[in-house]
Amino acid sequence: MELEEIAKNIRKKIFLMSYRAGSGHIAPSFSCVEILVALYFKILNIDKNNLNDENRDRFILSKGHASSALYSILAKKDIIEEKLLDTFCQKDGILGAHPEAHSIPGIEVSTGSLGHGLSFGSGIALAGKIDNKNYKVFVLLSDGECQEGSVWEAAAFASHHKLDNLVAVVDYNMLQSLGKTNEILSLEPFNDRWKAFGWGVKEVDGHNISKIIENLASLPYTNNKPSVLIAHTVKGKGISFMENVPLWHYRIPNNREEIEIALKELGLDRKEFEEALK
Amino acid sequence: MRNAYISALYDIAKRNKQVMSLNADIGAIVFDKFKSDFPDRFVNVGVAEQNMIGIAAGLASCGKIPFTYTITPFITARTYEQIRVDVCLQNSNVKIVGVGAGLVYSTLGPTHHAIEDIAIMKTLPNMKIVSPADPIESKMATYAIAEIKGPVYFRIGTAGEPKIYDENYEFTFGKGVELKHGDDVTLIATGSIVYDTLMAAKELELKGISTRVINIHTIKPLDKDIILKAARETGAIITIEEHNLEGGVGSSIASVILEESESQIKFKRIGLNDIFCSYYGTHQELKTHSGIAKEDIIREVINLIKLKDKQVK
Ligand SMILES: Cc1ncc(C[n+]2csc(CCOP(=O)(O)OP(=O)(O)O)c2C)c(N)n1
Repeated sequence: MELEEIAKNIRKKIFLMSYRAGSGHIAPSFSCVEILVALYFKILNIDKNNLNDENRDRFILSKGHASSALYSILAKKDIIEEKLLDTFCQKDGILGAHPEAHSIPGIEVSTGSLGHGLSFGSGIALAGKIDNKNYKVFVLLSDGECQEGSVWEAAAFASHHKLDNLVAVVDYNMLQSLGKTNEILSLEPFNDRWKAFGWGVKEVDGHNISKIIENLASLPYTNNKPSVLIAHTVKGKGISFMENVPLWHYRIPNNREEIEIALKELGLDRKEFEEALK
Repeated sequence: MRNAYISALYDIAKRNKQVMSLNADIGAIVFDKFKSDFPDRFVNVGVAEQNMIGIAAGLASCGKIPFTYTITPFITARTYEQIRVDVCLQNSNVKIVGVGAGLVYSTLGPTHHAIEDIAIMKTLPNMKIVSPADPIESKMATYAIAEIKGPVYFRIGTAGEPKIYDENYEFTFGKGVELKHGDDVTLIATGSIVYDTLMAAKELELKGISTRVINIHTIKPLDKDIILKAARETGAIITIEEHNLEGGVGSSIASVILEESESQIKFKRIGLNDIFCSYYGTHQELKTHSGIAKEDIIREVINLIKLKDKQVK
């Protein structure tokens, strides 16, 4: 299957599981679909039959609220069972609105509280250096998350310790919970901030899968430095009324009109939708 | 409870220009009116809770009355040392408002559940803790804590809690409320689980067990009188909270009884048994899973009454 086709499928899954549960973060998940597809289908060295391999690459979803995107990917990669997706956020299920490492195969770190992933990832990267391992650590951050001071403590640590096996990808959709990042607490000049913290920096269209792959194929960006890829994205990408509208951060469509539009734009037909909700 | 808090805060801010709302990127729509009518006094500091508490303490040192607001673990645990040093050590007039008490953010999982907030907040000198049971109490308590000079931790639910009180209810800081009289056993609860406790008491009454119910809305300082009176008069106490048993309100009540009660009493705490709740579903389903639902209360009362009867014989 073409990667674009997979991304399209993932969006359908995210929508269905969130709609069924009446919970979850659709727009934040839609924002990072292409990033996750690129990572899981072309970049990460993970063997689904040996998830505890000491040499595996690590992926940390630091913006844990995009769990539905990650679960859909893990199902597509056969790391978790596809039918688990139907239990998202429901009684007796293990897939919550934020991922938990102790119970879900393929989840490296329990997240959901923002600003933890880069520190945790730095620790794994440092251990890799100490133990002479060749794995890489990828951490997906969101822009609002980068307002947490802890992110910058980790950024300073990683460059000081020359953790060139650490890669941050920022889902830079310029929106957070209550509004535009630039209006609430600007992170600009974002690229220069990372540079000043001693990181190699690249930027990319975060919905262009081949461009993302291109930018993650050769790492580190600069010798002896951690790398950060700033991915320019659209929050809610895939459903027009959600795109760039803060209100949709944590909201599930509930009226007929919204659902009709969503189905049409995601390429889901009514029957498929009703079938899936059974 | 959340909306009741916000509308009371709006009303207070209208009358007192020093009152401010500081948010850490939480509170979509519900704060819109506050924000548009008092634009200088609403600050979304961004996703930066520790910074928010420090800023609030600075504002308070200049006479402002900041009410800081976000999801409970992020405003209590993430910020703990800022609250300790900037707020409590210096007795700063900062209100810490945690939304989402207990397991109410059910599907958001353990990172968002509030199950150890009472424990960590109550151990701070100068801190006071208020935990309303319903929207009316949330509203009245908001007015009351605005009058208190110094740190207050206000533990509120979200939306849709059933009503316990009517509009005439008068809230008194530091005074527990006897919601139902009874002689065989006393149930002492805090937060929205007071409602489940009342429902349990009604069923117990039908089984012939005369059950007293106390809403202990102020967790610190504790109303010792109402606790000791209940111990004396009923000889059996069960505490109920949506919180870890370790360090919860039940442990505070146990200390009071052990140190100061002269009566022989039977005692039991109901709460989360030192576990994170990695379980999903509705709020009710999580309560059932965690052993803190109405049925659990009823079962524990019956067990305790048996023990009490044995003791009498
Ligand atoms: C420490 C912490 N504070 C607050 C929250 C609540 N919260 C969840 S997502 C979010 C902000 C979302 O904006 P952003 O980080 O840019 O992610 P996006 O969804 O836009 O990708 C907030 C404040 C949290 N999960 N963790």
